Amino acid sequence: MLRYLPYLLAGILFGFVLIKSEAASWYRIQEMFHFQNFHMFGILFSAIATGMLSIQIIKRMGEKQSLDGQTISIPEKAPGRVSYLVGGLIFGLGWGLIGLCPGPIFALVGTGSLGAFVVLAGALHGTWLYGALKQHLPH
Amino acid sequence: METLLAWLYAPWPWYVAGPIIGLMVPMMLFIGNRSFGISSNLRHLCAITQPPQVGVDFFKYDWKEHTWSLMFVIGTALGGFLAGVVFANPDPVKLSLAAREMFTAWGFTPPTASLVPEELFHPSVRNFTLLFACGVLVGFGTRYAAGCTSGHAITGLSTLQLPSLYAILGIFGGGLISSWFLVPWMLQ
Repeated sequence: MLRYLPYLLAGILFGFVLIKSEAASWYRIQEMFHFQNFHMFGILFSAIATGMLSIQIIKRMGEKQSLDGQTISIPEKAPGRVSYLVGGLIFGLGWGLIGLCPGPIFALVGTGSLGAFVVLAGALHGTWLYGALKQHLPH
Repeated sequence: METLLAWLYAPWPWYVAGPIIGLMVPMMLFIGNRSFGISSNLRHLCAITQPPQVGVDFFKYDWKEHTWSLMFVIGTALGGFLAGVVFANPDPVKLSLAAREMFTAWGFTPPTASLVPEELFHPSVRNFTLLFACGVLVGFGTRYAAGCTSGHAITGLSTLQLPSLYAILGIFGGGLISSWFLVPWMLQ
């Protein structure tokens, strides 16, 4: 179990930040989609910039090992267009309504919000529905 | 000590929160060569709970290989508990004036210390039906797009991947439609 501790700790930091930055706030998400405040855009842009910079540094460091001894490689997404656009659109419709994407769902569940548990239950059913219908959907 | 405590209770500005979120990408790589993302855990949770006689192929795999990811979201919930309960910010969200006026026009009471509005999250059949239905959209959409805000906006764009850009366009388009048209319509 000890080898999972770093993931648990990173997760705690992530959940803490999602609540403290109010990225899990319905009000902040509406404010973002109406372009009424820089706050959420600031979070997203600075997160992407930090991620990008880190990736460039990792690439320039040459071959490196992770804590558990694997060679670090930059992950690649499967090629495609339709599934990313349509899936993203469906997800976005839900996000814009209830202001919660998966990270904040888990963080808000941790605060004991009953509504967040209902959203999580819905998200699990939606995920299952996708798995059941996958072969009939354009990708 | 006093300042540290005050810092733990206060909301964090974007220039502190954003870089920490962005650092999740290299952190996951350094811990175990993993790709940072949250929504795949919804799939793992389905794989754990799917009864063998149902057998949707998409959920037939050894979820134990993804224990690291499940540990991460257990941590996310714990972090939420710490930030939202133990070190809860006693003050309401400090919204822009334009946003405050919009919510008033929508008939909302001003935000309290809660991150979510009573009008939508207060336990009622209507609210919970809506929350569940939107949850279905989030779960279905993220799996169809093979990622959510973390996997695509953060990890995907950080690593300059075109599929993630498509996903972001879809996600932001859907969010704009909901926020501008569906939310006001729903509140009527």
